[in-house]
Amino acid sequence: MKEVVIALIGNPNTGKSTIFNALTGLRQHVGNWPGVTVEKKEGELDHKGIKFRVVDLPGVYGLTAYSIDEKIARNFIVQEKPKVVVDIIDASNLERNLYLALQLLEIGANVVIALNKIDIAEEKGYNVNPEELEELLGVPVVPTIASKGEGIDKLKERIVKSLDRKPPIVEYPNFEPYIKKLIKVLEKDEKLIRQYNLRWLAIKLLEEDNDVRAIIEKSKMRDDVLKTLIDVVNDLHKKYGDIELALADERYRIISEIAKKAVTKKEERITFTEMLDEVFTHKYLGIPVFFSLMWMAFKFTFDVSAPFSDIIDAFFGWLGDAVGSGIGNDALASLLRDGIIAGLGSVLVFLPPIAFLFLVFSWLEDSGYMARAAFVMDRVMHRFGLHGKSVVPMIMGFGCNVPAIMATRTLEDEKDRILTILINPLMSCSARLPVYALFAGAFFMGREGTVITSMYILGILLALILAWLVRRFIFKGQPSHFVMELPPYNKPNWRTIFGVTWTRTEKFLKKAGTIIFATMIIVWLLSVTGPSGYLGSNALESGELLAKSWVATIGRALEPIFKPFGWDWKAGVALFFGFLAKEVVVGTMGILYGVGEESLPYALASSSAFTPVTAFAFMAFVLIYVPCVATIGVIKQEAGTKWALFALLYELLLAYLVALVIVLIGGALL
Amino acid sequence: MFPLAFVGEGKRVVLKYFVGGHGIFRKLVDMGLNPGSEIFVVRNQMAGPLIISVKGGQIALGRGIAMKIYVEVKE
Repeated sequence: MKEVVIALIGNPNTGKSTIFNALTGLRQHVGNWPGVTVEKKEGELDHKGIKFRVVDLPGVYGLTAYSIDEKIARNFIVQEKPKVVVDIIDASNLERNLYLALQLLEIGANVVIALNKIDIAEEKGYNVNPEELEELLGVPVVPTIASKGEGIDKLKERIVKSLDRKPPIVEYPNFEPYIKKLIKVLEKDEKLIRQYNLRWLAIKLLEEDNDVRAIIEKSKMRDDVLKTLIDVVNDLHKKYGDIELALADERYRIISEIAKKAVTKKEERITFTEMLDEVFTHKYLGIPVFFSLMWMAFKFTFDVSAPFSDIIDAFFGWLGDAVGSGIGNDALASLLRDGIIAGLGSVLVFLPPIAFLFLVFSWLEDSGYMARAAFVMDRVMHRFGLHGKSVVPMIMGFGCNVPAIMATRTLEDEKDRILTILINPLMSCSARLPVYALFAGAFFMGREGTVITSMYILGILLALILAWLVRRFIFKGQPSHFVMELPPYNKPNWRTIFGVTWTRTEKFLKKAGTIIFATMIIVWLLSVTGPSGYLGSNALESGELLAKSWVATIGRALEPIFKPFGWDWKAGVALFFGFLAKEVVVGTMGILYGVGEESLPYALASSSAFTPVTAFAFMAFVLIYVPCVATIGVIKQEAGTKWALFALLYELLLAYLVALVIVLIGGALL
Repeated sequence: MFPLAFVGEGKRVVLKYFVGGHGIFRKLVDMGLNPGSEIFVVRNQMAGPLIISVKGGQIALGRGIAMKIYVEVKE
């Protein structure tokens, strides 16, 4: 049986992914569009004995190929020619949504419209008549409320019925003679006839579309087409000025006529959204509200996830001991217990906070608040050369930099995106907190809170300064224009929220998980072996044995570098491991000082390795120096090797510099 | 005619034309901001971005771009 390809398209915030989930259930596959980091979702649907492959196209407002998303969506429809294109339209925002529908019809796509969110439209006081709309547009229109699963069966049915439908042609009265003139020339090239809708080519030529122009350059009719085009454009230009705008105007004129007939507006109502926005986007309240919501998000994340993490930690500890004690061979037992099981445990311990953080952020996104957050913070971010949308990844960075860097994909402009990625590791992730807590407890008794907070503030300040510098000297110019839709607030749609949470968590497990796991095995290997060979699993518990391991060798090699700060080789070892995953710093210190984590603060305080000043410098160093391997991996994936190396180098240098300044100033003051 | 950025909260205006390059305005047009469309200014705090309402949807616009959108008071 052959698979029938259909595509889903729609403006952002129309409930497209909810409809995609409803159509395909769990039979989904998430990947990337070739060559770009834009997510590609595909799923399967069986209906009436026909097997469909449903491709979820990126959410777009138009098909002018202005952004990567639009290019992807347009190329897919033009080249892959899906049998049906389901256009999800937000009934509460009909006119703007129909603009995309008209552009789809121009391409000649076989459009079926899912008229979604009719409940919200009604709440806003609009009554959209689907039959009337169907009549006027000439394409099937199915009313749906995807969040409640209403209308999905009907939609499936109409898709099947429409498979061999011939899509209607939308006429643009003011432009018809010109379009026809161009088509006459275009149709002399049978290659073009076979591959494209000539009407669409003609319209796009009038709009001076670069991609279509490139298609014509290869046509055998090139010269004739261009000659006709110049005539036509001259004529139109005299009549209307800017042709592209005139065409847009024509489309909107047709749409407004359709809307007049299909929509009845009841009384104007103050919506829930307007009431919430009074506060959330308020001039003075907006920013404090934003920070309190973020604080609550993290409080919730860490409080709720802590018991789960403890259980996982305890379980792997028990499992390691149980497995280890059952095996006679010390090396093998240690590999299983201290390497594989402990490694796996250290990955999974991170799972609860990450998953809950994703959950809260998915909910905030789904609710519509995130767009307001970007609006409120744009004023501040702009001053440092950042975009309003940069704020969300930055905040997420306090949880974990890996998903935060992935979240930068919402930034369309390449420079804005890379800049946001580069400063992200300075947002102090949750893995660094145990290190601060340890050192603050050991050296700043009674002032722990202030000292720990100062680390977070230091990170934010450095990030903003760095952003300003990069914008000043590398990415010269202004951040891209801030243009963003503010969707109405949504009641939580848990299916979508859990779905998003799961795909992100899965991605984190695959990306970060495998890297952390692999490095934990390497750490283990370097700890239990040394220049003299295998040291025995005791090396992980005894500082004396560990001093003979490769790890100690590395630490001693690093010692001269850290001389100015007065740190010994143990600090070097801890920092070396911290590169793999920053929370490892505490555990390593514990091993090196030969004490458990509870008594580690006293051991540190009573050893002569640190003074309060050098301890503070050490904390700052941990904050800034190299992001963990997983973060570097994800920077490489999202921004390329060059920027990953740049991040690595600038952070090392910056950390060194800041630590040095702290030691010098501290030394001068005390 | 004056830039959209100067329009106070709660005012209704009509979009007349854009000044400057093409690229970004395409997106605005796709989002429902074509010349001739009616704009209601929801938020304008005279610093930072604005919120406008157009064709029933709300859009946040940076101050920079709002300076390049020329409008006229609706009669």
